[in-house]
Amino acid sequence: MTAGSPTTGPALPLHLDLDALLDDPQTRIVVCCGAGGVGKTTTAAALAVRAAERGRHTVVLTIDPAKRLAQSLGLQHLDNTPRAVAGVDTAAGGSLDAMMLDMKRTFDEIVLAHAEPRRAHQILTNPFYVSLSSSFAGTQEYMAMEKLGQLHATGQWDLIVVDTPPSRSALDFLDAPSRLGSFLDSRLIRTFLVPAKAGGRIYRKIVTTGFGVATGAMTRLLGGRLLQDVQTFVAALDTMFGGFRERAEQTYRLLQAPGTAFLVVAMPEADALREAAYFVDRLAAEKMPLAGLVLNQMHTVDTGAGSAGVSTGGDSGGAVAGVGTPGVRAGGVGTGGVGTGGTRGSGTLSAERALAAAEALDAVPEQELTAGLLRLYADRVAAAARDRRLADRFISTHPAVAVAQAPAQPVDVGDLPGLREFAAALSAGQR
Amino acid sequence: MSDWEGVRLHVLSGKGGTGKTTVAAALALALAVEGRRVLLAEVEGRQGIARLFDTAPLDYTERKLTGGPRGGDVYGLAIDPEQALREYFTLFYHLGPAGQVLERLGAIDFATTIAPGLRDVLLTGKAYEAARRRTRSGYAYHAVVLDGPPTGRITRFLNVNTEVAGLAKVGPVHNQAQSIVRFVKSPRTAVHLTTLLADMPVQETADAIADLRAAGLQVGAVMVNQVRAPLLAPAGLRQAASGRIEPATVAAGLAAAGLDPAAGLVATLRRQAEDHAARIDLESRERAIVAGLGRPVYELPLLADGVDLAGLYELALALRDQGAA
Repeated sequence: MTAGSPTTGPALPLHLDLDALLDDPQTRIVVCCGAGGVGKTTTAAALAVRAAERGRHTVVLTIDPAKRLAQSLGLQHLDNTPRAVAGVDTAAGGSLDAMMLDMKRTFDEIVLAHAEPRRAHQILTNPFYVSLSSSFAGTQEYMAMEKLGQLHATGQWDLIVVDTPPSRSALDFLDAPSRLGSFLDSRLIRTFLVPAKAGGRIYRKIVTTGFGVATGAMTRLLGGRLLQDVQTFVAALDTMFGGFRERAEQTYRLLQAPGTAFLVVAMPEADALREAAYFVDRLAAEKMPLAGLVLNQMHTVDTGAGSAGVSTGGDSGGAVAGVGTPGVRAGGVGTGGVGTGGTRGSGTLSAERALAAAEALDAVPEQELTAGLLRLYADRVAAAARDRRLADRFISTHPAVAVAQAPAQPVDVGDLPGLREFAAALSAGQR
Repeated sequence: MSDWEGVRLHVLSGKGGTGKTTVAAALALALAVEGRRVLLAEVEGRQGIARLFDTAPLDYTERKLTGGPRGGDVYGLAIDPEQALREYFTLFYHLGPAGQVLERLGAIDFATTIAPGLRDVLLTGKAYEAARRRTRSGYAYHAVVLDGPPTGRITRFLNVNTEVAGLAKVGPVHNQAQSIVRFVKSPRTAVHLTTLLADMPVQETADAIADLRAAGLQVGAVMVNQVRAPLLAPAGLRQAASGRIEPATVAAGLAAAGLDPAAGLVATLRRQAEDHAARIDLESRERAIVAGLGRPVYELPLLADGVDLAGLYELALALRDQGAA
């Protein structure tokens, strides 16, 4: 792996060096995955902007971006084609294109590319196909991976950053290629095709008997018309079998290739981190190259020494020690055990002392403001301690996973400067 | 009197990370009063309900989770598409040997893992069955609360039967799909949306309401989760918002409280106040947008110590107080 070299002692979490990852010409694909609502799309967009401004020819494939984020990337129109993002600094020789996935159109394009025109028409107008390609859950995952394969095949970009769909399970897209294979290979589908293809007489007899019973049942369940639609569809699809399966396998191999880097995105919440842990294990099982964990929305307490977003982790570490977090990893992800020096002034004010002081000030009306500020401080310290605890738990059970973190933002990221800043915070942190 | 009298199926959706499962559980508890039975069901195989109630993983057996705060019972169910399909084969279609042939051919596997969409048909079908199940003394459940898919997929999920009814034009599947469509589009079903007071969840809520309406589905309430009171008094917030908190005032206050008024601490307190004011300002703008969505709005407080059973009871009572149950 390209990223993940330790910056300090072995007991501390590995630092995920995102800039090194993005700058490495060997890195061709970055896949952002994780639970819903953890900032996957924002992370993908931000890293794409940063890579482009550091000189890479980058394209970002988003699946279902929030409106404002889509606008910031110039994605008002869903046309399934990458478009240049305005406002990106190209001084370093890079560029940024962005696109939003149109799953139906992607599916249609595959059909058109792989079937001869008459067959293609047959498929595209088949009612079963129309439903399958536009309405049914699961198609999005197939098509996201298909689009990734297509973008890669053009060779037009040297870095592709992909967001993953808001799936039932965050792993659905990994399964998409193999599931497409099993769809095409499933005995049920083969059975549909058998009458047209079976060779030997005995074989035909056995199979068609089973087929007759099954078709009878299916006809009773679904009505003859749908069964016919499905059969026509499957028969038409059969001509494209090879193409489909080959592509699915290619995409799967592409995901395992050394030029691919998976980033698991999470935030300090039990569910998100549980999903992240699951994902880390699954990627290992699939031999998919994991670059590391991106931890968004970390509450931190900044003492004002050094620039925001860089020193915060360290300062919260100091503050956290004050509220009695177990000391083993008081420095946590952020500090790597360094960088707290010289900022001890407020780092030693504990939440308890701040609250006690606030209570004392309550008796003095003109000190209402300071009392409020101290309560806010205590609240922030407690939030930082909770986030730190959750993050440390993940780190202690996944010591080999490199981590990059971004501080919680008071307001949501929604424009290009915001994305730039967010990526800078992610890349800069934790030295 | 609840705002949702007559609703038999409550579906919870919302952007990922907004606390759908928590709010669904709180609503189930709130509905479970005076001997009423409420079923809390999940469809995504996450075991979020079991985790929330700190109990063994749920399966296809409806199991009592807890008594509601006011004398009812909440049951839990994890709807599994494979089990639902087997149940269909035996219960509804009396397929017998043909069913076994289908199973041998991999129809169950096909329907539940490979064929996209069929899964959703089975999941919604089971929720429909539970919501309409009758015993001799009336409905088996006063209401079913479904912890549904996130906003990005909810309309497709609930509308899948329309699609199926259109594809299978005759036969039992057609009829079954039609009945489910009628049910989920009737006032007996309400789709509630959870959100946070943040830009993206609120935007997704607005988009989902438009999508659900366009599909003819009944939008219920907007449930604003994790609401917190401002930690600064209005005057302090105003000062913070305009960056006019005087360092000298803060330093004097710290000294008065016996704390070291170090410049670094003063700067931190001011910056935190400014961030907090920006957050509060954003939240009040988002709150106004939510109010403008034209749906009943309920607010649920942020549970400082995380969500546990006591916290769920607290949320359930908040929902009852606001008329959600």
